[in-house]
Amino acid sequence: MSGTNSTTEYASRVLHPEVIGDHFEGARDAEGHPLVHAEGTSKPIRERSTHEPQPRGARDRGNRPVDQVEASERFLAATEHEKAHDERLWDMRLRRDKVAHALPEWEDMRSLASQIKEHSLTHLDRYLEQFEAAAKANGVTVHWAADGAEHNRIVHDILKSRNARTLIKSKSMLTDECGFRAYMAGVGIEVVETDLGERIQQLDHEEPSHIIGPAIHKTRADVAEVFARTLGSDPDDDDILHLAHVQRETTRPLILKADAGMTGCNFAVAETGTVVVCTNEGNADLSANTPPLHIASIGIEKIIPRFEHLAVFLRLLARNAIGTPMTQYTSHFRAPRVGGELHYVIVDNGRSERLGLKEFWTSLKCIRCGACMNTCPVYRRSGGLSYGATYPGPIGIILDPTINRRKYSSLPFSSTLNGSCTNVCPVRINIHEQIFAWRKVMSEEHRLPFVKAEMMKVLGYVLARPALYRAALESADEALRLLPHFIVANPLNTWTDKGRDMPETPTQTFHSWWRQNRGRARNTP
Amino acid sequence: MRVGLFIPCYMDAFEHEAGVATLELLERLGCDVEYPVDQTCCGQPMTNTGCHQDAAAAEALFVKNFAGYDYVVAPSGSCVHQVRVNLTAIEQTAEVRAVRERTFELTEFLHDILKASEFPWAHFPHKVGIHYNCNSLRGINLASPSEIRAPFLSKPKALLEKVSGIEFVEPARWDECCGFGGTFSVFEPAVSVKMGQDKIAAHSRAGAEYIVSADSSCLLHQKGCARHIGNPIKVMHIARILNGVSA
Repeated sequence: MSGTNSTTEYASRVLHPEVIGDHFEGARDAEGHPLVHAEGTSKPIRERSTHEPQPRGARDRGNRPVDQVEASERFLAATEHEKAHDERLWDMRLRRDKVAHALPEWEDMRSLASQIKEHSLTHLDRYLEQFEAAAKANGVTVHWAADGAEHNRIVHDILKSRNARTLIKSKSMLTDECGFRAYMAGVGIEVVETDLGERIQQLDHEEPSHIIGPAIHKTRADVAEVFARTLGSDPDDDDILHLAHVQRETTRPLILKADAGMTGCNFAVAETGTVVVCTNEGNADLSANTPPLHIASIGIEKIIPRFEHLAVFLRLLARNAIGTPMTQYTSHFRAPRVGGELHYVIVDNGRSERLGLKEFWTSLKCIRCGACMNTCPVYRRSGGLSYGATYPGPIGIILDPTINRRKYSSLPFSSTLNGSCTNVCPVRINIHEQIFAWRKVMSEEHRLPFVKAEMMKVLGYVLARPALYRAALESADEALRLLPHFIVANPLNTWTDKGRDMPETPTQTFHSWWRQNRGRARNTP
Repeated sequence: MRVGLFIPCYMDAFEHEAGVATLELLERLGCDVEYPVDQTCCGQPMTNTGCHQDAAAAEALFVKNFAGYDYVVAPSGSCVHQVRVNLTAIEQTAEVRAVRERTFELTEFLHDILKASEFPWAHFPHKVGIHYNCNSLRGINLASPSEIRAPFLSKPKALLEKVSGIEFVEPARWDECCGFGGTFSVFEPAVSVKMGQDKIAAHSRAGAEYIVSADSSCLLHQKGCARHIGNPIKVMHIARILNGVSA
C-alpha cells in the first residue's frame, strides 16, 4: 500500500466526496409536501451501479473465539458496503441527536428510565408474579421457560396440539437468541418473518446484523439479488419501492393462510398484564391479529411496574433509535380476541444469572433501541455480522459473554473504549465501562490470546524498571527507537501493514533533552 | 506551586518538543516544575487490555515518582484518565489516592486551576481543527460531547481562542473516535486505520491546515494515516501552540 498507484487508488476510496447531494432538502410526497417521517428526512445514500458482492459475517469457528478482526477486514474491503453502512447509521445517530436534543427534559428522562429499570430488575420476582396474575385474570395462558430450548419446546407443543403447521412472526431478538427458526425448521413448521428486514435475512439465511435494522448491512442491489434468487423477482430492478412491494405481495398471502402468529415484546406491564410491541411496519399487528392463535415471547427483563412508566420509555425508544417521536405502531395486547387464544412465554435464558453479576447486571436495562450500534465507530465500519453473535455492537459485546464466555471472549477487544455508546444509551447503561470490565474478566480467566498476554507481561515488567525502559527506548537500534515498546514488541507489525506510516525518527527523547538542558542544575538525585 | 511533570511515553519518544512546550508554558505561568527522571508510564496499555496485575508495578512506580507534589500535570488526557479513574491495581493508600486526585491534564490545569486567560507570546495564523481524545472528552470532561444535551464547553478551545491569528474549522463528526484506542490500533489495525483515514479526511474537507489535540497518541496515529495516503495535513499538540510555536 505504499506505491504511488495503490496510494492513489486507496485515496480515491477513502477520501470520498460527500455521499450526500448538495441541495438535498428532504423527500416530498406527490403533492410536493415535505415528508417528515424517518425515511423522508433521511438523506439518500448514493450507491454505485456496479454490484459489489455483499461481505459475509464472521466465519463459523464452533465454540472457538469469534474472529471479529478477520470479518471486519472483509467488510472494509467491500468499500461500497462499508461506506453506505457507515453513512446510513451515522445519519440515524444525527437524527437521534436532533429530536432528542429538542426535548429540554431529555437527560432527566434517561435518568428516570434507568431508575425505573433498576427498580424493576431489583424487584423482578414480585413484578413477574404480578404480571402473570394480571395476564391470567385477562384470560392469557402463561408459560415459563428456563432457557431457549424450553421456549422452543413450549411453542412447538402449543402449535402441535392445535395442528398448526405455519407460523407468522414479527421481529424478536429473543427468538433469534433461542435459535427458534432453526428449531422450527427441524420439526417441520414453516416460519415466516413479517418484518421486511428480518424477512430479507431469513430468505438469505443470515442472522440480523442490527437489532432494529436486521438487513442494514445490505445494499438494495443485494436485496434485489436475494429476492430474485428466492422469490423470482427481477434481479436488475433494485428500486426500493419495487422491492418493498415484492416482499409485501409474496408475504401477505402467507400471512392470510397462517395457522398461528407470534410477536416479541418491548415492554411487559406488571400491573395490567399488557404486552406492548413497537414496530414501524404494523407487522406485529398482522402477526398477532390475523390467525386465531397469538404467542408472545417475553424476556423476563422486559417488565416495567406500571402503565404510566410506559410513557417514559415510549418517548425515549423511537427518538433514540431512529430519530422519530414515536414508532409508527405501538400495539398493546392484553387479552385474547373473542374466539382466539393468547399465550405468553416468559423466558429466562441466562438472565437470572446475569442479574447476579455485580459489574454487569445493569446490562439487563437494555430496551433494544440499537443507538449504541449506530454511534459505534467500530460497528459502523465492520458490520453487525462480524461479531458472530445474536447481539452485535457495544451492547452485544457486554451481553454475549454471559451467553458463551469462551466463544465471545474476543469481542470486548473490538472496541476503542471511546464511550459514545454509554452517552447515547437511553437507560444509562455504562456500556464502555462494562466492555473494559469484561476485558479484565477475560484476562483473569486466561482467555487472552497467548501473544497478547505475553506482550502485556513483558511490557509491565519493562515499565516498572526505569533503567530497562530507558535502555529499550534510547540505546537500541533505530528500529527500536521508532515506536514505543508495545508496538515494537508486536510481532505482526500491524502498525504499518494496513495503511499507516511509521513516525519520523525523532531527534531525541524528552528525557535526554531534560538531562542536557535542565538535569544537572535541577532535580537530578 | 510545585508541579510534577509527567511526560507520556509517546511524547517522550516521538514529540519531545511538545514536552518542552508544556514545561516552558507551566514555568511562564509561574509554576515550579520538576520532572522526576525515573518516570515511565501510567500503566494504561496493560490496564486497557484487561491485564491489571501486569500494570501494578508501573502504577506503584508512578505513585512513587509523583507523591508529594501540589499537582501532577500531564499533557495527555488519556493518561490522566488512567491515573484518575483506573489506577486501581495497587492498594489504595492515602498516598495513592492523593496522587490520583492531584493529577491534572494540561488544558484543564490551565483552565480550571491556573485560570490562564492570556497567552500574549502565542501567535498561530492558521486554520485548525481540534481533535478530542475520547478519554479526555467522555472520561475527564475536557469538552462536552455531542451525544449529551448540554451547553457546549471546550477547555482546549477556550484556551486556543486566546491565541492571536488562529482560525477554527469544524470537521464533520467532530467528536468521533479516530481509531487509535491504545492497543486497539495494534490488534484491530484495519478498522483502526479506516477510522484514522476518515478522521483526517473530515479535517481536510473542513479546510484544516493543522489537527490540534491535547493528546499526542491520537495525533501519532492520525499522522501515520495521513502520510500513508500523501495527505499534507499537519498535526500539532496544543501545548506547542499555547507556548508560542512559530509554524
